[in-house]
Amino acid sequence: MHMADALLSPAVGGAMWAASSGTIAYCSSKVRKELDDRKVPLMGVLGAFLFAAQMINFSIPGTGSSGHLGGGLLLAILLGPHAAFLAIASVLVVQALFFADGGLLALGCNVFNLGFFPALVAYPFVYRKIAGERPGHARVTVAAVVAAVAGLQMGALAVVLQTVASGISSLPFPAFVALMQPIHLAIGIVEGLATAAIVSFVRKARPDILQATVEAPKGGRHPFRNVLLAFLAAAFLAGGILSWFASGNPDGLEWSIAKATGKTGIAWREPGIHRTLAALQERFAFLPDYSFRKSPERRSESAGAGPGRQVSDARNREEGGRIGTTVSGVIGGLISLALVFLAGFLLKKRSRDA
Amino acid sequence: MSHHLVEVRNLRHVYPDGTVALRDVSFRITHGESVAIIGANGAGKSTLLMHLNGYLSPTGGEVRVGDLPFTKRTLPDIRRTVGMVFQDPDDQLFMPTVFEDVAFGPLNLGLSAVEVGERVREALERVGAPHLRERPPYRLSGGEKKRVAIATVLSMAPDILVMDEPTNGLDPLARRRLIELLKEFRHTKIFTSHDLDMVLELCERTIVLHEGEVRADGPTREIFRNDGLLVECSLEKPLSMQGCPVCGDKRGKR
Amino acid sequence: MASIQGTILDFRRLEELAGGDTALHRLDARAKVLSTLAYLLAVVSFDRYALTALFPFFLYPVAILSLGGLPAGYFARKVALILPFALAVGMLNPLFDREVMVRLGPIGVTGGWISCGSIVVRAALTVSAALVLVGVTGFPEICRALERLGAPQAFTVQLLFLYRYIFVLTEVGGRSSRARELRSFGGKGLGIRSYGSLVGHLLLRTWMRAERIHMAMRARGFTGEFHTTAQSRFGIRELLFLLCWSTLFAVLRLRNVPQFLGALVTGPPG
Repeated sequence: MHMADALLSPAVGGAMWAASSGTIAYCSSKVRKELDDRKVPLMGVLGAFLFAAQMINFSIPGTGSSGHLGGGLLLAILLGPHAAFLAIASVLVVQALFFADGGLLALGCNVFNLGFFPALVAYPFVYRKIAGERPGHARVTVAAVVAAVAGLQMGALAVVLQTVASGISSLPFPAFVALMQPIHLAIGIVEGLATAAIVSFVRKARPDILQATVEAPKGGRHPFRNVLLAFLAAAFLAGGILSWFASGNPDGLEWSIAKATGKTGIAWREPGIHRTLAALQERFAFLPDYSFRKSPERRSESAGAGPGRQVSDARNREEGGRIGTTVSGVIGGLISLALVFLAGFLLKKRSRDA
Repeated sequence: MSHHLVEVRNLRHVYPDGTVALRDVSFRITHGESVAIIGANGAGKSTLLMHLNGYLSPTGGEVRVGDLPFTKRTLPDIRRTVGMVFQDPDDQLFMPTVFEDVAFGPLNLGLSAVEVGERVREALERVGAPHLRERPPYRLSGGEKKRVAIATVLSMAPDILVMDEPTNGLDPLARRRLIELLKEFRHTKIFTSHDLDMVLELCERTIVLHEGEVRADGPTREIFRNDGLLVECSLEKPLSMQGCPVCGDKRGKR
Repeated sequence: MASIQGTILDFRRLEELAGGDTALHRLDARAKVLSTLAYLLAVVSFDRYALTALFPFFLYPVAILSLGGLPAGYFARKVALILPFALAVGMLNPLFDREVMVRLGPIGVTGGWISCGSIVVRAALTVSAALVLVGVTGFPEICRALERLGAPQAFTVQLLFLYRYIFVLTEVGGRSSRARELRSFGGKGLGIRSYGSLVGHLLLRTWMRAERIHMAMRARGFTGEFHTTAQSRFGIRELLFLLCWSTLFAVLRLRNVPQFLGALVTGPPG
């Protein structure tokens, strides 16, 4: 899930670098304030552990292929979110410099996608909520799987958005999403299981390790920001899952909607709805090429007439339209969130200075 | 001279999981002595060492260094006085270069850059490693690492040198060099070791720990002549005191 | 992904090279880091169809390589290793972007192929820049430069520790992994149970090592702050280095030099 330099435009890359640098600064000051000098060697050594562990493969049953641990969630469980983020960021820096895993421009994206979502979002808002104070093995497994999936879905979607917004790759958005989300769902499940296995092992051997990190996150002090982050996470998650559904069998989606609303799928084929969707797409025109872009072959195929072609063509348009709505919805939601967050931040500063 | 005194009184340490590592340990080490603490694995040696520089707090009893109790205020001083070298030099060499590792202690003591430079130079000279100044630690051999680890402690000008298994993992030449080096030190020396031959060579006094208690405390030679004691504590004579394997058991048995 | 043993050798080799003693090596790390940054920005800011305009940018890594006395073959090999990945990334473009952009005689080259080529060239440029930076500076110095340029100390210290202990841990991890491989008779890992145990053990040993390091730090008076004596100067030479390269990058970015050169040869486009 590493972003590649080659696919990144300087604008997007720069923005992500800014986001990552800001997060690094934030987490650094947080870690500093904790005044736990044990963390210094611990972060370094666990980072090295992550590095080494990523080179050990396990076999994935039923597929004949092997995978390795991403480790963001595991590190967050062991170190707490802020220290974990720094550790992950440092590993990515080393990988970028020495192994060209993506590249230096994409480093900003990678640090954000692979660090922010698992450690600062999935861990506090998903894992902690599900696992609670002293979870048993089953709880840990469930929490780990859900959190890992959430983190990876968010990260994968972020990769897609960053690539698309950069405009260098010609891969159309729907195809890209259809590729990324399901794969990362599977990867997330495996990662969650691997994380849970390791956590259980550690708990049996050295329970004090996990006790040491069950400190309540400072949620009390920044409820506003936490709520916003939660919404952000939810938006990504929703966007990801929705697009996953959409990328699957369109009939399946229609079927479930029909069941839910009592109407038949024919309602979706009405030109009125299609027109509305098209209008929406027009409005969010800054994603013109990618909201419902069809590959040229398909265009030429559908141009090759025939009634059978017409139906599939219409379906293509609707599929693109539906996905366009989802994308526009997610993006629009994000923009409004960003504005709200900014406003909130400014207001907070105001009130503190006052 | 009293600030070189190490006094342990009825020391008791119980770990959070209930293991009783030290039951009732008492001894007194005065300036310039060279003492070995030996015992089987799990006898409590490492735990004892960790008390000597205040890393662990006693569950019962007391440790005093230089007649000072261990409080938050006295801890920095005690840590300067008691220089501790750990078993695995990789744990002690965590800076990017040898120079920075040896400079770490003096910098924490608040010395000026010039003084720090002096201390580093001296310490590296003492251990015979001035040419390793700019090397990163992963490019050092085992013996070099050990020597540099000692330098990192010497640069703080300690009065008492504590070493955990100093000859562990060294090849014969490195081991010999280390022993010769340690012979030169005039500090109070406290070692734990399984290398009983080194103990025989370097330490005039030996404390035997067994299951968290002091079973014997006296001149090294006497202790090594006490077969019964050695067996009880899961030890044996140093090889140099056992019979020669080539020409037969002539001098080993009594 | 690289094997564990291979990884360590990479680090060591690069670090050894960084220990060289050319004028370039002696330059303050900040100048080198900043000029690499300018380089990356310039390369990356091209639009997706830029291809030949990128070629002059190879000058920077090549120059650093030569000035720093670095082995060209070694670096060329490392760059070549990543090219297939870059190709894989760009491979989809020709499929989706079929508009012909350039005609070379009878052959029409589609935009897709041009942008694919651009991706590959860009990858080669950025990777070589990163590698030569490490080759003439060394990772610890880069971290120190970052700190002096304003990165938070908690993070740069983290980078240094990480780097230091990667060597220790990849050896340990390699041993465990080898031991497991030897006992698993060709399977690609024994599944999640034994994986959890292997990695769990590695984690525990790592944790205990961290505790010992902490002990050692405390024993030498550590209370949370890192002090340094290292001073380095950002002088005239550094300034000149940075300015010259940045100007060159700006010129190459804003004027399509290859086209200009080509026009000189073929005459102005008619």
